[in-house]
Amino acid sequence: MSRRHFLKAGGALLVAIPLVPLVPLIPLTGAAGAAGAAGAETPAAGAGAGLPKRADPKSLDAWLAIHEDNTATVFIGKVELGQGNSTTLLQIAADELDLDLAQMSAARIDTAHSQNQGATVSSSSIQTAGPPLRAAAAQAREALLQRASVQLGLPVASLTVEGGIVRGGGRQVSYGQLIGKGRFELAVTDKVSLKPASARRLVGQRVARRDIPAKVNGTYEFVQHVRVPGMLHARVVRPRGQGAYGTIPRVVSVDATALAAIPGARVLRQRDFLVVVAPRQWDAVRAADALKVQWDMPARLVGDGQLHQRLRSAPTTDRVMVNEGDAVAALAAAETVVAGRFDGPYQAHGSFAPSCAVAQVDDGQWLVHCSTQDVFALRERIASVLEVDTARVQVRYVEGSGCFGHNGADDAAIAAALASRLAGAPVRLQFTRADELGWDNMGPAHVGEMRLCAGRDGRIAGYEYHGWHHGWMIEETAEQMALGREARELAVGPGSLYVNRFDAGGMYRIPNWRLVNHAVSGLSGYLKGANLRAPMDLQYSFASEQLVDELALKLDIDPVEFRRRNVVNARWGGTLEAVARSSGWQPRTAAPVRTGPRLAGRGVALGTHRASMAAAVAEVAVDRASGEVRVLHVHVAMDCGLAINPAVVESQISGMAIQATSRMLCEEVRFDERQVTSLDWVSYPVLRFAAHPKVTAIVVPQPDEPSLGAGEEAIPAVGAAIANAFFDATGVRMHVYPLTPERVRRALA
Amino acid sequence: MKLNVNGRAHDVDADPAMPLLYALADDLGLRGPRLGCGLAQCGSCSVLVDGREMRACVTPLSAIGHREVTTLEGLPGLHARSGRAPTVSGLHPVQEAFIAEQAPQCGYCFNGIAIKAAELLAADPSPTEARVRAALDGHLCRCGTYPRILAAVMRASTAMAGGAR
Repeated sequence: MSRRHFLKAGGALLVAIPLVPLVPLIPLTGAAGAAGAAGAETPAAGAGAGLPKRADPKSLDAWLAIHEDNTATVFIGKVELGQGNSTTLLQIAADELDLDLAQMSAARIDTAHSQNQGATVSSSSIQTAGPPLRAAAAQAREALLQRASVQLGLPVASLTVEGGIVRGGGRQVSYGQLIGKGRFELAVTDKVSLKPASARRLVGQRVARRDIPAKVNGTYEFVQHVRVPGMLHARVVRPRGQGAYGTIPRVVSVDATALAAIPGARVLRQRDFLVVVAPRQWDAVRAADALKVQWDMPARLVGDGQLHQRLRSAPTTDRVMVNEGDAVAALAAAETVVAGRFDGPYQAHGSFAPSCAVAQVDDGQWLVHCSTQDVFALRERIASVLEVDTARVQVRYVEGSGCFGHNGADDAAIAAALASRLAGAPVRLQFTRADELGWDNMGPAHVGEMRLCAGRDGRIAGYEYHGWHHGWMIEETAEQMALGREARELAVGPGSLYVNRFDAGGMYRIPNWRLVNHAVSGLSGYLKGANLRAPMDLQYSFASEQLVDELALKLDIDPVEFRRRNVVNARWGGTLEAVARSSGWQPRTAAPVRTGPRLAGRGVALGTHRASMAAAVAEVAVDRASGEVRVLHVHVAMDCGLAINPAVVESQISGMAIQATSRMLCEEVRFDERQVTSLDWVSYPVLRFAAHPKVTAIVVPQPDEPSLGAGEEAIPAVGAAIANAFFDATGVRMHVYPLTPERVRRALA
Repeated sequence: MKLNVNGRAHDVDADPAMPLLYALADDLGLRGPRLGCGLAQCGSCSVLVDGREMRACVTPLSAIGHREVTTLEGLPGLHARSGRAPTVSGLHPVQEAFIAEQAPQCGYCFNGIAIKAAELLAADPSPTEARVRAALDGHLCRCGTYPRILAAVMRASTAMAGGAR
């Protein structure tokens, strides 16, 4: 398919017949089996007519198109990552437009026509992309009603709209007829009146997700399914597991003798970037295994055994992030002080599908299909690697498996583009499991040292947190190996990279508050770091919420009651009460029983990412002999403002509860002084089915508050609640996670 | 060589040592079975071979012979031939339950999970929750949809055990 030809979804052209309500073009579900219509991100309906000429956010036509067949396409810039964006953003637009969801589709995210709304990160899609889309939809409705008013000879105020059919004076006309083959040709205005909450039909409703039917019937197209004519299959050849970031592994020698027996297999190389290609995928897999490469890869990693001590004692660049009141004096003067050091491991995204991309060049124009979180930034990156003009590169998003942040998707896309150029043919490149885990951009390890004090009234008086970790790495492995590019680190960046006020105390009223970030250089023997879902939030909350519990215990105050007294506002309080109610939380009247082989405990914690509020209660059982920790039930309440689709938010909460359980109990990237040794699901275990907890998800209703993110906040809340429940069960405070059986046995010995 | 997949015979010109997955994905163009680890650790490539769940990523074509391979795409047909009551959607009851429970997030793992659940319910239409947990323990889901998968499989079992709906 050529870049600029877009197939009509559903394959049927419905001609608008005047004054007759129209059959929706795109079915709500994909049960009919038409692959083109089943995906939520279909190619634009209405052929090329409605496509924006360019993604100029000031033009209404760049946001949405109404087609002659009375359907609409929105050009959103936030991708479906399995979090429901392809449904919830359409709910917002359909509500303002007075269209049914079945009449809506979203154009595939593609640099050729999508809005550049930045990366799909930080749980910001609904919060930041929702309002402008909603305003554009409202403006489009107003413009259509004005046209209807002229055509029907009636004032706008006397018209009603349902399903894109405008009615008045006993007559009707559809949006499709009003727009015809034309466009709005209007500049976006902020002077548009939005519907009041009472007029919402779709927002706030538990609408079924549009992508799910195709995902369960096998017709959904993942990026791993993309095939183009004349395509070769490719695998990268790298050392098994990354070494120290900034030290590029060098190829010493390559022995391709064994490839002679594999049909069509070739090895291609640019500096230290090695890739094998073959017409058949299996042959590319075999060729990658058969290729003998000697690497020069110096042992420059700190090793996981020394990791936290090295972080804690490394030279740092220090920055005071928060300094309110005088925390040091308050802590010196306080009667009741708790303190501790808490260590977090490197953790992997561990995307379930190895990253994959398909790259092709046609008449000097590149097209790369991939599952990046940011098609526009990746386009710049690929153009720079290929040394071509940005206008010569088109990046198209096709969903992969859940990425949970900056996984291997961009690395694979760059590798595919390089491989395609080297091979002189379209290339489908897929990582192996070992590539995906071993060369992942890891969520950074962390050391937190904290002190906390309260007065006799049970109110927090002083809070001091010092955090040590390195930043996020910028260079993708493929470009480093191919171009020898110098390693760089994002040491100054988004707020979550630093010890920040959100998870380090932000949910409490703290008169004397001091947060200090100690930035360690990531170029001094550490792994490639990047944002992993709830970036650093879990690391901070593991320290902070455990010490909050310890302080409550020392003051002999129930941990829920202690938080109730200290939360910073009523919404935090409401979220806490919601989870306390759901879990039937009762203050203990006697010390917990800590005898017998199996110990039971429960714990509470609060957590956030930037804006939304989450509270969790976890119930755990600890097997004293084996050291096995089982999380039995997790209750999570979340206040994310107006929930566009509460069912989708509940799904997010539930997934986060399971992922947080996995990260608290199982996950730790292992590495020696040379390289990462967590290369598969045995050496990087994650929570398995049999051990998963029951989850009760509560969406705190806030119909009148702006919508906030809902994809990360439960992770720090649940993780810390599990740690607190472990203490409740055992009387032993864990200062490092994950709580593996071996580590727990040692702690309980 | 010949492969029997979803009730049809296919000619595949491939090395007998090639794992079944690549024949299904590349030669037959099926989207159900998919690569997750290539090590038989995660279950995303699973198919039924004569009704038994197998990992297509490590099973060579030579080991399949004339046995019947059923992929995700073939589950509706498998149910239709089972003699059990048809579903409203025409899908396998497990697939229908996944939609009813809105279980998937990214959905990549659901191929193998649907296959394993279909295998389980064919053998035991009314499994206990503990049996479902044990049966699915070899199938990973990174999005954390286990609770909804469990609810969906219990829902499907009720539908199957209940016969007509």
